[in-house]
Amino acid sequence: MSAVAPSGSASTTVMAQGLTSARLAQRRSRIWREKLIEFVLFAAASVSVFVTIGIVYVLVSESVQFFRHVPIWDFLTDTQWTPLFDDAHFGIMVLLSGTITSSLVALSVAIPLGTIIAIYLSEFAPFKLREVAKPFLELLGGVPTIVYGYFALLFVTPILQAIYPELPGFNLLSAGLVMGIMIIPYVSSISEDAMRAVPMSLREGSYAMGATRYQTAVKVVVPAAISGIASAYILGISRAVGETMILAVAAGMQPSLTFNPLEPAATITAYIVQVALGDLPHGSVGYQTIFAAGLTLMLLTLVFNILGHALRKRFREVY
Amino acid sequence: MAAVAPPVSHSHDISVIRELIAKHKRWDFIFGLIGLLALMIGVLTFTALFVDMAIKGVPRLDLEFFTSFPSRRASQAGILSAWVGSTLVMMVTAFFAVPLGVAAGVYLEEYAPKNWVTDVIEINITNLAGVPSIVYGLLALGLFVYQFGFGQSILSAGLTLALLILPVVIVATREAIRGIPQAIREGSYALGATQWQTVQHHIIPYSSAGILTGVIIGMARAIGETAPIITIGALTFIAFLPASPVQAAPPFVSFEWLLSPFTVMPIQMFNWTSRPEAAFLVNAAAAGFVLVLMTLAMNGLAIWLRYRLRKKIKW
Repeated sequence: MSAVAPSGSASTTVMAQGLTSARLAQRRSRIWREKLIEFVLFAAASVSVFVTIGIVYVLVSESVQFFRHVPIWDFLTDTQWTPLFDDAHFGIMVLLSGTITSSLVALSVAIPLGTIIAIYLSEFAPFKLREVAKPFLELLGGVPTIVYGYFALLFVTPILQAIYPELPGFNLLSAGLVMGIMIIPYVSSISEDAMRAVPMSLREGSYAMGATRYQTAVKVVVPAAISGIASAYILGISRAVGETMILAVAAGMQPSLTFNPLEPAATITAYIVQVALGDLPHGSVGYQTIFAAGLTLMLLTLVFNILGHALRKRFREVY
Repeated sequence: MAAVAPPVSHSHDISVIRELIAKHKRWDFIFGLIGLLALMIGVLTFTALFVDMAIKGVPRLDLEFFTSFPSRRASQAGILSAWVGSTLVMMVTAFFAVPLGVAAGVYLEEYAPKNWVTDVIEINITNLAGVPSIVYGLLALGLFVYQFGFGQSILSAGLTLALLILPVVIVATREAIRGIPQAIREGSYALGATQWQTVQHHIIPYSSAGILTGVIIGMARAIGETAPIITIGALTFIAFLPASPVQAAPPFVSFEWLLSPFTVMPIQMFNWTSRPEAAFLVNAAAAGFVLVLMTLAMNGLAIWLRYRLRKKIKW
């Protein structure tokens, strides 16, 4: 810049030199400031890494304490979960059965409906309807889960009881159904985004071959978007497995080893809530159980995420 | 397929094709109906939820409901401590989540070199968005409540929710920044601006509406979160208010409220929902109605903002 002083009289050269050193100092401080700012921004971005490390550290360190008291084999195979009784049993299968059953009910609602809605909005619906339906679905996903829990317990369960009178007041079915409705927006919006990302030329090619809208949607667009749809399903599964309040409110909190959605049962998440509501002393085995339960939950979602990642890699179509 | 069959007569062939086309067109129509039906299930559920809650809860909503503490008697119970607690927790959440999230988003879009460190950060953010909210509660219980000694306080809850919505804010910031054309940056650099000056004077102002949308959506999610706050041990029965942040005597501001025990709207609702007496269920409906209205208003605002943004900005 100004280092290349213009050739002129001696006085202008001296002035230019004075200017240069001042400018250089300014520049140096500026570079330092830029570096400092970049570092601060980097630190903010790396908070997410520390959060992950924090989660793993807390879950693992407390679980290690837990597994000093409870052999890991008992944890995996025992068929009773009575951690707060005198005759304590720690069989995670009991809680896992509740989580799996309620998730299956929820997914059997959310996956078909979410996929149909996504195909419909992406390939069939008129523009105006799409513009209204998308934000509406977003609102559906934004309702607090405690409100859904209230709805499941006091609106859906009585309706189900009218159809099937033996249904207990707390049951996995109504909680699962409402959970399914709650998950629809997660499945549909990501699937729809994936379908809309499929290039128009593929659809045009299909239409040119004489295919109908339905044939194009099901045989061209869906297979082309399958990796995005798979991630939507995986996200739906993670949401179902990690959902807490609907189950804590509407499914009851008694642990029982059952795969029957008509029965009440506790899930991993509902158990954590139940313990947290009580007053367990910090450091007791009961306190540590919730971290072991949380670790199980984390591992479960991790498995699905890895699976999803593998699926995406396997089926990715690049245009 | 049928068209390939050996033609018996020309007219017969055409009628087969016509039938085939009609059959496939019918499928189009049927699927259109199925799609509408699926959408209607969502709409009807939401309407049922909203109307049910309104019918049961709205008669209970009066000024006293907002200005009373929870009580053993359902008819005298109110949500004063709950909405004050929610407001204070949200303030803490926004205070941490917004600067952190925006800074992280700016770094990843404008500064981050393409290397493994950046990859690790990006993968992390994606994964954090999928971590169940109750796990954040466990993190907070182990870390904020016991290791850092913040206790079961507004500060712990606000920090927990801030971490929970951080991915939402980061993703929104990144998307907003990505929409800014490269020419803006080049113009700024051409005038001699440094990278930070470019970010400060161009990138952040131009992406602010998009960031705001993300922040509102994140806050709407945080205000309805129940599980992580129960996990850190928030009490369900609070009949007092935290110390006021503004004091009459010098130094006029007090941060005592940060470490105060608290309750929030969704926990108050949970408490009333899990009681057997019908009168408390009415209270739960009323609290739920307020909660739904709040989240709907926030989400609606975000959707409207985004809609306006899309219409208005033409680079």
